[in-house]
Amino acid sequence: MSNQFHIQDWVKIKNGEIFNSGKLIFESTEKELTLFLKECYEFLEIKYPKFHKMDGLSKLGILGSEIIFRKNKSTKDTALVISNNASSLENDKQFQESTKTFASPALFVYTLPNIVLGEISIKYKLQSENAFFISEDFNAGLLKDYSESLLSSEKTSSVLCGWLDLQNGEYDVFLCLVSKEKNIPFSEESLKKLYCAENDKPTHRT
Amino acid sequence: MTNLHTELKESIIEQLNLEDMEPADISNDEPLFGDGLGLDSIDALELIVLLEKDYGIKLTDPAQGKEIFVSINQMAQFIEENRTK
Repeated sequence: MSNQFHIQDWVKIKNGEIFNSGKLIFESTEKELTLFLKECYEFLEIKYPKFHKMDGLSKLGILGSEIIFRKNKSTKDTALVISNNASSLENDKQFQESTKTFASPALFVYTLPNIVLGEISIKYKLQSENAFFISEDFNAGLLKDYSESLLSSEKTSSVLCGWLDLQNGEYDVFLCLVSKEKNIPFSEESLKKLYCAENDKPTHRT
Repeated sequence: MTNLHTELKESIIEQLNLEDMEPADISNDEPLFGDGLGLDSIDALELIVLLEKDYGIKLTDPAQGKEIFVSINQMAQFIEENRTK
C-alpha cells in the first residue's frame, strides 16, 4: 500500500501569504482578517456572492479549495478530511456576543467546524465522504491514515485533506490533494515536511 | 423614494453582507427572494431580527415573513404601519 498514493498539489495560507506547491502566489500586509480574506477573494477573481456571508473558517476553506481545484478538477467523489485545533471558536464567540442583544441566525449556522465541509461540497458539487477532526496539534498520522483508508477502500479517487485553523484572527491553512497522480509520495513524513516548510513558527507542535 | 426605502436597502445590504451592491441596485418592487435578490432562508431570519432591532416589530409568526418580505415596497409599508420606534 505504501507510496501508492501521492500528494498531487497543496496550498498554504498563513501570515498574509499564500503558497501553492511551495511557490508564493500572493502576499498582503493586511492584518485585519476580513479585509485580508476579501483581498484573496479578489486576487483569485472568484465570483461567488455567498462567500461574503460565510464565517472566516469557511472563507479560508473556500480560498484554499479554489486554488487546488482550479488546477486539479475535483470529481463528485473527491473526499474531504480536515482538522484543526480551534473548532469554530472564532465564530462561536461572535455568535455568543450577538446573543447579548439579538442572536444572529447568520452567525448561528456557522457554529460547527464541519460547516466548512458543506460549503466546499456545495461550491464544487461534491457528494463525497467527509470528516472534520479536532486535535490539539497538526496530526499528520491521523490525516494520512484516514485519507489512505478512503482511497484504499475505493470510496474515493482523491482526497482533499489538511489543517484549517482560525483563532484570534490568526489563520493557519494547509490543504493538499491526494490521489494516484504521481508527485510527492503520500506519507506522514511528507505531510509534516510540507506543513512545516512555510511554517517557521507553526501555531502548533507537530 | 422615501428615506425609509433607502434606509431599508442600506440595512439589508449591511446586515446580509451583500457585497458589491449599492442601494440603487435594488428596485422597490423587485422580489427579495427567488429570482430577485436571491436571498435564502437564513437571510429571512436575519430580516426578522432587523425588523425587531431597528423598528421594534416582533413577528410572532415567522410565516408572516412570506407576505412582508416580498419587496422593499411591501416591507416599507409594513414598517410604517407597525413600527414602535
